[in-house]
Amino acid sequence: MKSNTSELIKFVVSTLLSALMAYAIGIYGNLPWWSFVVTNFIIAIAMNQKPSKSFLSGALGIGLLWLTLAFVIDNQNQHILSVKVATILPLKGSFTALIALTSFVGFLLGGLSSLTGSFAKKLN
Amino acid sequence: MRILPFIFSALATAGLVTVLNVQLMIGKSPTPKLGYFLSPQHGFWKNAEKIDAGFDASIVAKDLKGNVDVYMDDRLVPHIYADNDEDAYFVQGYLHAKFRLWQMDFQTRVAAGRLSEIAGADKLSIDRFFRRLGMVYGAEQTEKYINENNPVMKATVDAYTAGVNAYIKQMAPEEIPFEYKLMNYQPDQWTPKKTYLFLMFMSYDLTGRSATADLQLTNTRDYLGLDLFDKLYTNQQDSLDPIIPKGTAFAPASIHPIIPANADSLYLKKKHTTASSSSANATASVEAPDKNNGSNNWAVAGSKTKSGRPILCSDPHLGLNLPSLWYEVQITTPTHSTYGASFPGSPAVIIGFNDSLAWGVTNAGRDVLDYYELKFKDSTQKEYWFNGQWQATTNRQEIIKVKDSADVVENIAMTHWGPTMFDAHYQNPQSMGRNLAVKWTGHNASTGVETFYKLNRAKNYDDYIGAISLWKCPGQNFVFASKSGDIAIKQQGSFVARWDRQGDFIMPGQDSSYDWQGMIPNDENPMIKNPARGFVSSANQKSVDSTYPYYLGTAASFPLYRGISVNKRLAVMNQITPSDMQSLQTDNYNVFAGVARPALNKFLDQNKLSADAQRMVKEMNKWDLYNNGNSKGITVFKIIWDSVEDAVWGDELAGSSIPLTKPESFVLLDQMNKDSNFSIADDIRTQGKVETLKEQVQLGVERATKKLLELEKEGKLEWVSFKSTKVLHLTKIPALSRLNLPIGGGVNIINATTDVHGPSWRMIVHLTDEIEAYGLYPGGQSGNPGSPYYDTFVDYWAAGKYYRLLFLPKAKLISNERTKWHIQFKNA
Repeated sequence: MKSNTSELIKFVVSTLLSALMAYAIGIYGNLPWWSFVVTNFIIAIAMNQKPSKSFLSGALGIGLLWLTLAFVIDNQNQHILSVKVATILPLKGSFTALIALTSFVGFLLGGLSSLTGSFAKKLN
Repeated sequence: MRILPFIFSALATAGLVTVLNVQLMIGKSPTPKLGYFLSPQHGFWKNAEKIDAGFDASIVAKDLKGNVDVYMDDRLVPHIYADNDEDAYFVQGYLHAKFRLWQMDFQTRVAAGRLSEIAGADKLSIDRFFRRLGMVYGAEQTEKYINENNPVMKATVDAYTAGVNAYIKQMAPEEIPFEYKLMNYQPDQWTPKKTYLFLMFMSYDLTGRSATADLQLTNTRDYLGLDLFDKLYTNQQDSLDPIIPKGTAFAPASIHPIIPANADSLYLKKKHTTASSSSANATASVEAPDKNNGSNNWAVAGSKTKSGRPILCSDPHLGLNLPSLWYEVQITTPTHSTYGASFPGSPAVIIGFNDSLAWGVTNAGRDVLDYYELKFKDSTQKEYWFNGQWQATTNRQEIIKVKDSADVVENIAMTHWGPTMFDAHYQNPQSMGRNLAVKWTGHNASTGVETFYKLNRAKNYDDYIGAISLWKCPGQNFVFASKSGDIAIKQQGSFVARWDRQGDFIMPGQDSSYDWQGMIPNDENPMIKNPARGFVSSANQKSVDSTYPYYLGTAASFPLYRGISVNKRLAVMNQITPSDMQSLQTDNYNVFAGVARPALNKFLDQNKLSADAQRMVKEMNKWDLYNNGNSKGITVFKIIWDSVEDAVWGDELAGSSIPLTKPESFVLLDQMNKDSNFSIADDIRTQGKVETLKEQVQLGVERATKKLLELEKEGKLEWVSFKSTKVLHLTKIPALSRLNLPIGGGVNIINATTDVHGPSWRMIVHLTDEIEAYGLYPGGQSGNPGSPYYDTFVDYWAAGKYYRLLFLPKAKLISNERTKWHIQFKNA
């Protein structure tokens, strides 16, 4: 029971750390957009979770970060740009679909980069 | 074996990053780099502006000499108050970049033939066209001239450039405009040359039709023979109401161009003989500038207005684009205070007013671009035959960078005439294998910016004349009105003193007797000041009647009917107010149809028509002659008229494998009204039978009816649906454009709104003590598709409404309720 709780805490901390570090490094526009791959990788090594949990915390960290950012920006913009982009991409002009796509890309890449980190940890 | 999961996972991660970090080809167009594009901290989301964002800011720029205060009003129009002129232009550049950077960059890329650099080999034919036309060459001439001879303009353009670059420099990478992210490239530094390239583009847009029209007219003449050509493409415009009223006396010409002795055989009646073998390597033609590029402007004297003060109106008709060609601005410095529409890409106000006077422009339409056919000694193009001997060319290299591909080098043989546009290496479907050099006033150094710089500061009529006397290309009709009560209009530009029909067709390039024999002196250009009729106006019609001593170019360059409409209305209007002028600028009366409909009816035997055709003719005849959006009559009239024209001209032009020009509508209409026995009505393809105009009209109506029934079925008979006016984003991407706008108007209408073209900046200036001005353009002050200010004015524009323009001294503007934000510029 105790170890379950500590694992849960680890998971939550790991997820939050992923989001936080990704956000922080993302402020530097000169760095590539995928810099969070590196931060996730390092966090996964440091947190040393099971690969499946590592994937999920990395995926949720970035996915939720991107979801929140996109959602907030889009609401403040009253969908002016998202509807246009969702027509170009093409997502039939649906800003919801565009936010979902944004979040999914973050989710997938965030998960994979953390997964790689946790496998790396297991190498030695 | 623990290494395998790591390797797989690492590869999957790296693979996904890679796929999301490159442009993928979906269909024909590349996607943005999806990961980058979607990233909320890097990509397009960063361009989604807060709907209630403020624009207050404090900016330190060490290039400034003093301080500048900018107040933004509720429409996001900046009111610039600067301690000195150069600082004002620095800030204008900064603001242009802040709100329109991508557009400025893109437009100068088009002018410079640098589209392939960002869009790949697809755009090579456009780039090669502009390079070979000498766009870069012309910009270089102007830059060199200004740098060496005009320190004030150099300082102005330099300050503007520094302002643009100051914005670019402080811009964070994630703040670059949306379109860069979409198309995946980076902003360039601004340079003075780009300003000159932009102005070259305007020269091309307003005089460059000849680059296509001269080829088409030559081919048409070759195909039809000169005699038939002269009937179809006559220069005789019976109903012309020129800019300078008929009967005005002109000073005698100081230049008397001499027609070359062999002009008849070597030029006018020459038939094309060069084998057109090179159509195989012909590249696609570049779309010629819109035929309807034109404008209205007029000024009424105090004698015709309610206030007793003049009112000036200007509305340039150009391609309708987002971001708009125009950007509103007020510039106030100790030397002057001016307001109006500026070009992102250039300093100063282009069409506007200051605290003493107002000015506006329309296109003169004069022919200032000619082709000369060359004979090269051999394929090296190092020598060409000129005045009885082989003359050396010089080689100009233009290197075109191409995305994902090797550079393309254009070797252009420079001749006495100008750059060799068409040769064995470059042909289009109209150039027919010829070697052609192009001579164009656009190539000459020009201090065009200075004209606007001086107009911004002009105090009176003499200043206005002084300012416009510097103007060379594109030739414009500058209208003027002052608080002191003067009105005037002058056609100004660098115009060729042509012999009759010189340059209508490709000219022989082997003999200097075909050269331009001089430029018309400025004081012989058509002009009129304070005429008795109490108004001056222009709408791109021929500026003068046949008593003017110089040849202006083919009649096809001069639309006839808008000018008639404007003058008719102005002549009867009195006690005019700005609101009357708003109604006139947005007037939809179709003066052409007013004459053409009775002419059609005169030739039409309704009883012999099918039932459907009878119904359509009824629809046409009950129409009120206004091109209003909800009208069906105009659609019916237009389709019938076009179809009758096709019936009459179609046979003469059919059978040519190369594209020919259609005769102007006035040609057929004038013939119908003369009621002459019009031999061209005969369908030359039917032997032993002579069709009359009556039969052709009958046939045209029946054919039109078929089309009209289809339109009716699709629900497209209403003028708005048929015309389908749109304001297209410069990339033509529909999602970034405004489509299907509810607006009437059309060709020949004062409200000259067609499908993609129309009044691009409607301005009305009432020259009362405190200037009362109205205006708007179909766009918005922000070029960012993610800004609420992107297309703010479009609906208002379509509805024919106007904004009252805020033009106030600093203290009054600060306290005005429409003033919203303050941007402070400091030098330290």
